[in-house]
Amino acid sequence: MARLILRVAPWLSVLAVALAWELFARSGAVTPFMLPKLTTVLARIWADAGSGDLAHNLGLTLYRALAGFAVAALAGIGLGFAVAYNRAARWLFDPLISVGFPMPKIAFLPIITLWLGFHDVSKISMVVFDAIFPVVTATLAATLAVERELLWSARNLGASERELLHEVVFPAALPQIMTGLQVALPIALIVCIVAEMKLGGVGLGGAMITASRFADSPGVFAGIVEIAIAGYVLVRLMARVRARLLAWHPETAAPASV
Amino acid sequence: MKYLPLLLLALVWEAVVQLGLVSRDLLPSLTDVARAGWKLLREGELWQNGAASLYRGGAGLAAAIVVGAALGIAMAWWRAVDAFMGPLVEALYPMPKSALIPVTVLWLGFGDGSKILLIFLGCMLPVTLGAYNGTRSCEQALVWSARSLGAGRLRVLWDVVLPAALPEIANGVRTALALTFVLLVSSELIVARAGLGYLIGFLGEGGVYDAMFAVVLVVAFLGFFADRLYQRLVGRLLAWRA
Repeated sequence: MARLILRVAPWLSVLAVALAWELFARSGAVTPFMLPKLTTVLARIWADAGSGDLAHNLGLTLYRALAGFAVAALAGIGLGFAVAYNRAARWLFDPLISVGFPMPKIAFLPIITLWLGFHDVSKISMVVFDAIFPVVTATLAATLAVERELLWSARNLGASERELLHEVVFPAALPQIMTGLQVALPIALIVCIVAEMKLGGVGLGGAMITASRFADSPGVFAGIVEIAIAGYVLVRLMARVRARLLAWHPETAAPASV
Repeated sequence: MKYLPLLLLALVWEAVVQLGLVSRDLLPSLTDVARAGWKLLREGELWQNGAASLYRGGAGLAAAIVVGAALGIAMAWWRAVDAFMGPLVEALYPMPKSALIPVTVLWLGFGDGSKILLIFLGCMLPVTLGAYNGTRSCEQALVWSARSLGAGRLRVLWDVVLPAALPEIANGVRTALALTFVLLVSSELIVARAGLGYLIGFLGEGGVYDAMFAVVLVVAFLGFFADRLYQRLVGRLLAWRA
């Protein structure tokens, strides 16, 4: 029973917000333009789902965000290992990473557009550029923190450098790398949406900014609800992947939270 | 010396353009970019738009810090506030705030108001979370000592708990500072009539690429230096803790 309450409790607050939204919009304190009723917005989402617009926009946004995320993940992990193990790579990339990390990368969007045009490649590249930083820094920190005793033991048992990376370093660094990926995934989604807002075209961000230009406020709020749900589902899926990949790790055995 | 690779990158940039390896339409030379940046600076465009951005970012961030810290401390200090606001904060925290750009435009139009509101909404929760965690992690022994010495609850909050919570609040503010730049540039790129982000988009659409590159570099390095400066400042202010 207690577990059931714990599972339901977070949803109650969401339900309360939804209810407050509906009541506030109905109270007449604000015009429907400023805040359409939640039921109106849900009806709109339903209609878009029926006409196929939702699947089309959502699919494109997810495709761009996840393609960018996948590239950022692979390249970021590779680069992180390279910087950790290769002198020259560290000399070159360490300053670039520490300067690039706090920069608002989205400012480079017009340059990327100039180089790659207005289509998917631009948006995906923007996602990669923004999402790669947390992955690289997490991988680098994790790799440098691997216990030396582990490395010594493996070498002593005759592991080659390649085996060492595969069998020892990567698994030992995996928890922190996963944390980096978990930071990068929401960044990928939101950067993709901002790029769509700027560059237009189809996708959740593009649809939202078009709705905004046409003063179609249910359309704008529908976009927010859709993005919030998409983001939530992605974050939860990523947590699942983490639990699956780290099933052998003590962190998974411990209760997630008290 | 550490930043030698950056210098190298700049030299490579200049060289590939001068040698004609890439078209100047795609990548203006670094010297052209510097010249265009200097011109923008002299003619005042950089100052005007920079001032607009600074005002929006500063106002939004300041409001976020004040309200966010107050909310976080209140949640940690009064259980009723926590019970009511806690789940709400948790539900709204992962919501991507840039998605609110079109909504703030619907509410407040194309000017300063919509950007300030966006930055306020986007930056508040990291500060709230920092203040909440910082306040909760304050050692109970300190609170008990102060109480037994006759301090009232609010006195303890101000003199004991708040100083103890400052490092965590400072961490939250650092996240908020970085978010301010991101939200500012995103919203100005998408809908604005002034500001550095607007200037980037405006120059890009006009095909004045050397000037556009200059403003992009200015914005990017402003973000970098703001972070460094902030860390220096916090290190100085919190030196008494170490």
